[in-house]
Amino acid sequence: MMHRRAMIAGAGSAVLGPFPAFAEIKGLPPALPEGTKEVARYANLPEKKRLICLADRPPNYATPVDVYTEAVTPNDRFFVRYHIDAVPQPVSLNDWTLTIGGDAAERPARLSWGDLLDLPRTEVLAVCQCAGNRRGLVVPHVAGVEWTDGAMGCATWLGPRLRDVLKAARVKPEAVEIWFSGADTPPLAGTPQFRKSLPIEKAMDDNTIVAIAMNGAPLPLLNGYPARLVVPGWVGTYWMKHLNTIEISTTPLTSFWMKSAYRVPAGMFPVTLPFKSQAAETTVSITEMVVNSIIADPVEGSEGERSGFRIQGVAWDRGNGIKRVEVSLDGGATWRDALLDRPLGPYAFRRFSLDTGFLRRGEYRLASRATSNADERQADAMKVNPGGYHNNVPRVITMTVT
Amino acid sequence: MRLVLVIGLALLAGRSALAVDTPAALKPGPGAETTAAYCNACHTSDYIIMNSPFLSPAAWKAEVTKMRAAFAAPLDDAVAAEITDYLAANYAVGGKP
Repeated sequence: MMHRRAMIAGAGSAVLGPFPAFAEIKGLPPALPEGTKEVARYANLPEKKRLICLADRPPNYATPVDVYTEAVTPNDRFFVRYHIDAVPQPVSLNDWTLTIGGDAAERPARLSWGDLLDLPRTEVLAVCQCAGNRRGLVVPHVAGVEWTDGAMGCATWLGPRLRDVLKAARVKPEAVEIWFSGADTPPLAGTPQFRKSLPIEKAMDDNTIVAIAMNGAPLPLLNGYPARLVVPGWVGTYWMKHLNTIEISTTPLTSFWMKSAYRVPAGMFPVTLPFKSQAAETTVSITEMVVNSIIADPVEGSEGERSGFRIQGVAWDRGNGIKRVEVSLDGGATWRDALLDRPLGPYAFRRFSLDTGFLRRGEYRLASRATSNADERQADAMKVNPGGYHNNVPRVITMTVT
Repeated sequence: MRLVLVIGLALLAGRSALAVDTPAALKPGPGAETTAAYCNACHTSDYIIMNSPFLSPAAWKAEVTKMRAAFAAPLDDAVAAEITDYLAANYAVGGKP
């Protein structure tokens, strides 16, 4: 197949109608890398409706931004993110097992699907957001999946608490970390498996669960069927999909995904629960999300009427909950308080809206800025870090009133 | 850019809009086939194109080194050099358009 650019160059002066796939992607900002704009395309996946494909293998598909007009993200619009080309075949639940071992497991155990269903269940409405969401808007650009806004979603997760699952193997008091891996297997023998760990305190948290349902339905395969870890308040990298192995450990996990990736400069992003066993001299593991918000409607490049329109979107944080969202129509020069919907839980999206009233013709630069119940507000300027993580600078949406 | 895409994409005639998930292909040039052959074993070229053109030649070299050291990409030094040179020439900042 010819390269797209080559085809473009050879197109000459052909005048043709708008191409339905690329030209219609709504909400992609001009600031993305040129190559990202070149590869971004709508795609349908099994169990999914129209997502934005950034890479098809390993699959990295973003939720279109207009989906965030709702506080709950439907399963078929929920983003997909894999690190390695490793999507497993769906397992038969009769064959599914969860192995629990490690040097701090007093009695290594193997749970069947039935064993998991026998445990008491709890439900949590929580945002799952990739640490690198909005990396594509970081200037100067840094390497990685160049997400715009769509590497996140909010769902109702149902399942047993992790701490109840761990009981089967009797956690020794000297346990420091819980290690996790899933059914994904790397394409090459030498490629490290995707493995992550949690500090024991977070693993034992009331809200950390092994989810077996998402929004009242089985998890889509591409979101971790049949069971995934749910770690409310923490970035998505810890939410192990296709969970099948747990190790209770007295030592820190030394996988590439803990020691080299997903790290931020020490002290740059304060957290309430430090991941001490993974702290190094100059860097720490990225853990708790930062307060953030996004305007979902109108989208980038759209047109509004002089009679006014409603600006709406969602805000979220690490689990303190959102107490205020301000909206700007002038790129952040002036701010007005938005209306907030009632909170659905401290880890959930909170919807906001603002009716603009009558407007003059011209270009508008819309932005939103959230403040949490802990009085943390979105950053005025990007805290520059090599991974391009935690971009919570107010996202500016350029649109026109005609 | 939008117009260019519109014209270019229109050439993909006959392809259903929502079925356009054929991964992008790399720019032709010395090293393109080697790059595709090795890199596409684990990931499509989307990853390369998506990350352009803002990395320096040195940053591309670091990416190739990471693929060898961290992900066990089976590249000997000669192949790694060929891939690095290709990425630097075609996908680095300030490289050819």
